[in-house]
Amino acid sequence: MIEFRDVSKTYETGNRALRNITLRIKDGEFVFVVGRSGSGKSTLMKLITRELKATEGRLIVNGNELNTLKPRDIPRYRRGLGVIFQDFRLLNDRNVYENIAFAQRVIGASAGKIRDNVPKILRLTGLSAKYKNMPNQLSGGEQQRVAIARALINQPSVILADEPTGNLDEKNSEEIMNLLYEINAMGTTVIVITHSREIVEASGKRVVVMNKGRIVSDSGEQTTGVEAETVPWEYDYGEGMK
Amino acid sequence: MSTFLYCLKSGLLNLKKNLLFSVASTATIAACIFLFCLFFSVFANVRSIAYQAENTIGISVFFNQGVSMEEKDAFRDDIIAHGGVKEINYKSAEEAWEGFKEDYFGDNADELAAAFADDNPLAESDSYEIFMNDISEQQAEVDYIRSFDIVREVNYANSVVDSLNKLNQAIVIVSAAMIGILFAISVFLISNTINLAAHFRKRENEIMKLIGATNGMIRAPFVVEGSFIGLVGTIVPIGLMYVIYRHAEEYISEKLILSDSFNSLKDIISLIPFREILPVMLGVGAVLGVGMGFVVSFVTISKHLKV
Repeated sequence: MIEFRDVSKTYETGNRALRNITLRIKDGEFVFVVGRSGSGKSTLMKLITRELKATEGRLIVNGNELNTLKPRDIPRYRRGLGVIFQDFRLLNDRNVYENIAFAQRVIGASAGKIRDNVPKILRLTGLSAKYKNMPNQLSGGEQQRVAIARALINQPSVILADEPTGNLDEKNSEEIMNLLYEINAMGTTVIVITHSREIVEASGKRVVVMNKGRIVSDSGEQTTGVEAETVPWEYDYGEGMK
Repeated sequence: MSTFLYCLKSGLLNLKKNLLFSVASTATIAACIFLFCLFFSVFANVRSIAYQAENTIGISVFFNQGVSMEEKDAFRDDIIAHGGVKEINYKSAEEAWEGFKEDYFGDNADELAAAFADDNPLAESDSYEIFMNDISEQQAEVDYIRSFDIVREVNYANSVVDSLNKLNQAIVIVSAAMIGILFAISVFLISNTINLAAHFRKRENEIMKLIGATNGMIRAPFVVEGSFIGLVGTIVPIGLMYVIYRHAEEYISEKLILSDSFNSLKDIISLIPFREILPVMLGVGAVLGVGMGFVVSFVTISKHLKV
């Protein structure tokens, strides 16, 4: 369960990125977060990963009160999350197998556990035949699969995907989204930030629309406030819409 | 084990990626520790020579003409009663002459001494040789001995020891200054090396943090890198010092000590065995080299850990 209770975030520059966000995402849900650039989507995600700390309100993820989470407890908390980026962020000096095993190595998994887990994830993500390839020998879709495999290997309860199809063509985007739906079907909560109208409309999943730091529409829950009434999510996804 | 090997491998890979800076850092630490070893060797040996000089030479007491043997015996009893004396030996005029012939005439002693026939030129040079339990009490003892009217002359190693001690003070000052400068340069270079390594691994570190790696895990490869630089920077100069020291030992024992010209210094000038100064070199090397590599890399990488 991810629960934002009246959360605001103001940067040191004075920029108020999030304003009184209240949002609840249940375990196993699939949620799209959409909105213009600067609407607060990335800040929302960084609050969940605890890269940033809310300046007001409470944020509770998997039972962890993030505002009061001690620094030494942050690594353990993050092991319950899997993060996927638009630019894949693979390690270019390591092959597919090593990129995935890396996620287990850095949390201190044993060599035996790594040997057991990596092939399973390779099969799940359809990368078994490519495990020796280097990132630059893979297509964009394959690279994103590696990134998803890396995010999945530690069996997180939440996957956060920031524009996972942003650098992919239509076919690869569809494949990646199908993989994320599959992962969600296995019980993992998935939160996807996207600009793609096609993907959102075809999914039939919950959509949260953000504008100027506020949630202006949430297809899964009732929202309050003037902007929620005047800017429904169907109205405006932002400048980057395909 | 997997984690340990990962950290070790990553640290060594950092060194390879960052070869120029790594070599510069290692060379500076090596120079710093080599200078320490060199100065410490000189310092320890000068101190040892001073100690040897004080102990070997002792205090020689010569008497006025006409002082009877009874008076000399009474003097000896007084000195012993005064306390602090480890050993007091009487050296007769004959023994003094024999010793002189041996020291200064060498192989031709009998031939050269024949000119003196039975005339002992050191007839009035019988003496007591006094050795103290605690060498620091030597000056006070000399002052006490001089208070006796029967005493003509007191010889002891004071001036030599003073010079050696002054030499050692100079060595400490010069070495501390040079090591201090090199130490500061080493800190700067290691810090830069680690900063550069952190720059190369920025993406990897960011991913590690988001995956849930602890700060210790992220820090470990950099600390391995810093410590390895320190370790090599310690081992190389100590190895080099060993080679140089062995050559110096050989030179002194074969060329200097065996030479007749330095016969009288035989008991004083001898280098301390390398194994006796090695523990100090290793200890200081570990603190200066490995310790500095560890601490500087640990502190430097801390500022890259904020996510």
